[in-house]
Amino acid sequence: MERNLFKYVWRHTRREQFAILVIIILAQIFYFLSLNIPKTIVNGAIQGKAFERDAQGNVIPGDTTNFFTIDIPVPSFISDVGTIRVFDGVPLVQVEYLIALSLLFLAMVVINGLFKRNINTQKGRMGERMLRRLRYELFDRVMRFPQGHFRKVKQAEIATMVKDEVEPLGGFIGDAFVQPVFLGGQAATALFFIVTQSFWLGMVAVSVLAVQVVLIPQLRKKVLILGKERQLTARQLAGRIAESVDGSADIHANATSNYERADIVHRLGRIFLIRFELYQRKFTVKFINNLLAQSTPFFFYLIGGYLAITGRLDIGGLVAVIAAYKDLPPPIKELIDWDQQRQDVQIKYEQVIEQFTPEGMLEPELQAPLQEGAPAVSGPLALAGVSVFDETYGRLLDGASFSIGADSHVAVIGPPGGGKEAVALLLARLVHPATGSAKLGEHDLDRLPEIATGARIGYAGLDTYLFPVSVRENVLYGLKQQERGKAEYEGEAKRRHERFVAEAKRAGNPLFDVNSHWIDYEIAGATGPDDIDDRILDLLPAVELEDDIYRLGLRGTVDPDAHPDVAEAIMKARAELHQRLNDPQIAALIEPFSREAYVRNMSVAENLLFGTAAEADFAPERLAQNPLVLKVLDELGLTDEFLAMGRQIAETMVELFADLPPGHPFFEQFSFISAEDLPEFRVMVARIAGKGGLDSISADDRNRLLALPFPYVEARHRLGLVDDAMQERLLKARAALAEALPAGAVEVYDREKYNRAATLQDNILFGRLAYGQAQASERIGSLITEVLDKLEMRRTVVGVGLDFNVGNSGKRLNAAQRQKIGLVRALIKRPAMLVVNDATAVLDGGSQARLMAAILKLRKGSNVIWVLSRPALAEQFDEVLALRDGRVIAQGAYEDLKTGSAVSDMLAAE
Amino acid sequence: MSLNQEVELLRAIPLFAKIEVSKLKLLAFTSERLTFESGQDLCRQGDMGDAMYVIVEGAADVLIDTPGGPLKVAELHKNEFVGEIAILCDVPRTATVTARERTTTLKITKDLFFRLVQEFPQMAVEIMRELAHRLEMANARLRQAQARNQS
Repeated sequence: MERNLFKYVWRHTRREQFAILVIIILAQIFYFLSLNIPKTIVNGAIQGKAFERDAQGNVIPGDTTNFFTIDIPVPSFISDVGTIRVFDGVPLVQVEYLIALSLLFLAMVVINGLFKRNINTQKGRMGERMLRRLRYELFDRVMRFPQGHFRKVKQAEIATMVKDEVEPLGGFIGDAFVQPVFLGGQAATALFFIVTQSFWLGMVAVSVLAVQVVLIPQLRKKVLILGKERQLTARQLAGRIAESVDGSADIHANATSNYERADIVHRLGRIFLIRFELYQRKFTVKFINNLLAQSTPFFFYLIGGYLAITGRLDIGGLVAVIAAYKDLPPPIKELIDWDQQRQDVQIKYEQVIEQFTPEGMLEPELQAPLQEGAPAVSGPLALAGVSVFDETYGRLLDGASFSIGADSHVAVIGPPGGGKEAVALLLARLVHPATGSAKLGEHDLDRLPEIATGARIGYAGLDTYLFPVSVRENVLYGLKQQERGKAEYEGEAKRRHERFVAEAKRAGNPLFDVNSHWIDYEIAGATGPDDIDDRILDLLPAVELEDDIYRLGLRGTVDPDAHPDVAEAIMKARAELHQRLNDPQIAALIEPFSREAYVRNMSVAENLLFGTAAEADFAPERLAQNPLVLKVLDELGLTDEFLAMGRQIAETMVELFADLPPGHPFFEQFSFISAEDLPEFRVMVARIAGKGGLDSISADDRNRLLALPFPYVEARHRLGLVDDAMQERLLKARAALAEALPAGAVEVYDREKYNRAATLQDNILFGRLAYGQAQASERIGSLITEVLDKLEMRRTVVGVGLDFNVGNSGKRLNAAQRQKIGLVRALIKRPAMLVVNDATAVLDGGSQARLMAAILKLRKGSNVIWVLSRPALAEQFDEVLALRDGRVIAQGAYEDLKTGSAVSDMLAAE
Repeated sequence: MSLNQEVELLRAIPLFAKIEVSKLKLLAFTSERLTFESGQDLCRQGDMGDAMYVIVEGAADVLIDTPGGPLKVAELHKNEFVGEIAILCDVPRTATVTARERTTTLKITKDLFFRLVQEFPQMAVEIMRELAHRLEMANARLRQAQARNQS
């Protein structure tokens, strides 16, 4: 990458820079023309000097003058006519002339404004394009970093560099060349004028300028060094904060939060000192700069005045010089600022580039898209004298030589760090051979395009990274090596897309489209999005992930418009389940929903709502604050009833929890009132019990009391508040609320309708689990499974489970589930070679052996290379490769090797 | 059944007879009432236990696994309690308890149990009495069994 920002900018923007310069020069012409208009208005139009006047100086009425006369001067060496009249102009009387000139002035104002807008837009666009190019190039480099580099640089620092540190560059690029040319021109003009007026005064200005030009950059050197430090410390701060976030569990476990605080305080302190010194120096430089600039008139007054007194300079000349000098400091000052900014961004640029040019970056050609698609890569693997080093030049492999047949199942064993991991990393191309050759069929493994290895070699490592998308997307991530077909756009979208592409070209970005078809269905043995799920579902049992995804499916939601078949199937399951409610044993477990019945196992709030809230304001826990609900209750005369219920709850809670120490788990588990609020409620209850009754408490307290019955569940809390009569009244309120609800706020429970806001399980259940029934949840769970199996809907539910969003880095799944998804991701490619780098180590021994057997069965006849930390598991493989100290110490069938000293030691060590 | 009815019910149980009404109310409010269908297990021998049960309604069999199959060693009826050994000694369940009919229980968690015992020594005495009684029963059976073996 170009290390000099100027060269970099020049290479990519010189045409645009020229174009802007031309526009600027053009704009100057109009600017100077417009300067003359006010004078013409005052002299020619208002004072009437452009007209014939009588002896008193009044304009003779009716006299006209020509407006907009255009003369072109002719150089005297061509002809001595002086000027050629191109346009005679329009004859106008005085008032008309005034109006015309004023309009011309206005037009000039508009034209100048438009020029300015155009120039700024062009500059900004150019800067933004360069910023885009630079950011893309930096990211492109991240994609080509050698793996070892990621152990040295922190991700937060990389992100800060790409996002923040290059940002000021964008602003500067627009001014990089135009500004110095323009300002330099202005300053030179002013200086030239001064010199023509008086040579000596001109020399005074030049010498002060020279001091400024030499001294200021000297003073600024330290400022620049400080700027560099400021950038570094800020970047490190970002990296350190990210570390504290990543390590939060260990910080809490070790109670080192104060140590972390100390570290951050130390860093903030350093940053403050750097920034403060920077300020001080900046303002000192500014002071000296201003002093020098403003001392020039001092010399003019003194020397010029002396020259004028002694008669060597006329006063008019001196005044002209001083006037001209007014135009000199602003451009000089701006030039010096520009220079400062230039050095600043150059340093920033260098600092960033430095971090993005590690040794051993992948060549771009190896990642370039392949026209003919990924080539078939297969054949026996043959390593000859391969050595691999890590980034600290430790030997991972030391002249390893072995070969593996194209269809054999090989277990790679050995002590940790003995080279077995390096074999896997080498095959996944995460490390590269320093010496020796690694051949896959007739191809040199290290020279194969990454697209080929990515498509044909399936790799599951120790730690699978999951992106925060659905399970399905994470599995299909293994099939996105390159664009398979461009997305089609039509009409407005097409126009927008074309503009998007054109702009990407201008910024040197590649023309990849994220909306294109990226998934290679063919390699997975599918024809398209319709049958790819089947392929995933076929693989799930092998890695024992099907049950997990099934459970996620039951907890998932489905849009019935997008998947009417699923919704319909779920409705069948609901009908089937509810038929079984005739069995009293099952009926005791579920209280089904019915519009006409109060559900005792549901809270008062949920009973009123009788549906799933689609808007947050109608969520059950916020219902007590919902004005619409309160209004409905009031209209039905239920407010007093709720207050009475609230009072009863408060009394009971005060009585029951009075002696419990605050912080007792019961408060959280059972109380409607928190420990802190309990004393206030005690006072409230006492006051109500007094003479005043409910009227004696404030409106605020009334509202708190009113809110208490909302989370009350009759079957659970058993205070007997909701008796038959109350149930009737609450049902009336439910009906009234349903009438009053705004459309779309609540998805009301309907026996005949799929509820889009509720989970599959809740949709099937269409009721509430009864409190106080032993193992109700397990029994209903197995009942639902039974129903779904009977209707042959298991795969449908698993399919919904694939929509589950795995969260940041897959944190919503456990480590075993993440690893299993990693295996499916590798398996779905049906790769020529499957490389498993101890990916199942997080599983227990039994599951590990089962999983291994299932995968080996699935891969019968295709290559598997499995790095094992437990050598005993190697029994299932055709062949065993044992490494120690980076060398192969044994290769052969497990039966033959297990008695040999090399492998038996490892088995014994287990 | 409402909370107040439940409190009345608890007062009839000898174990809780000496406990103040307000505490019984808290006990009723915070402990789960679990209904077991006939044939369902309250607990299984060998599982870890985290609660004891007071039988409020119904009856249950206490079974012990033997090489010759499950052996019924006792029957539990209304107002009796079971499952205290596992939470007292932190050992796995020593027997399987199976509901003979639809049985309603009051599930008292370990935390709640220790709290109650600490606050009401009377309850501890009551439990000791019951445990001693059971030990005496077991001894009597042992004597019978030995006598049978000798004859």
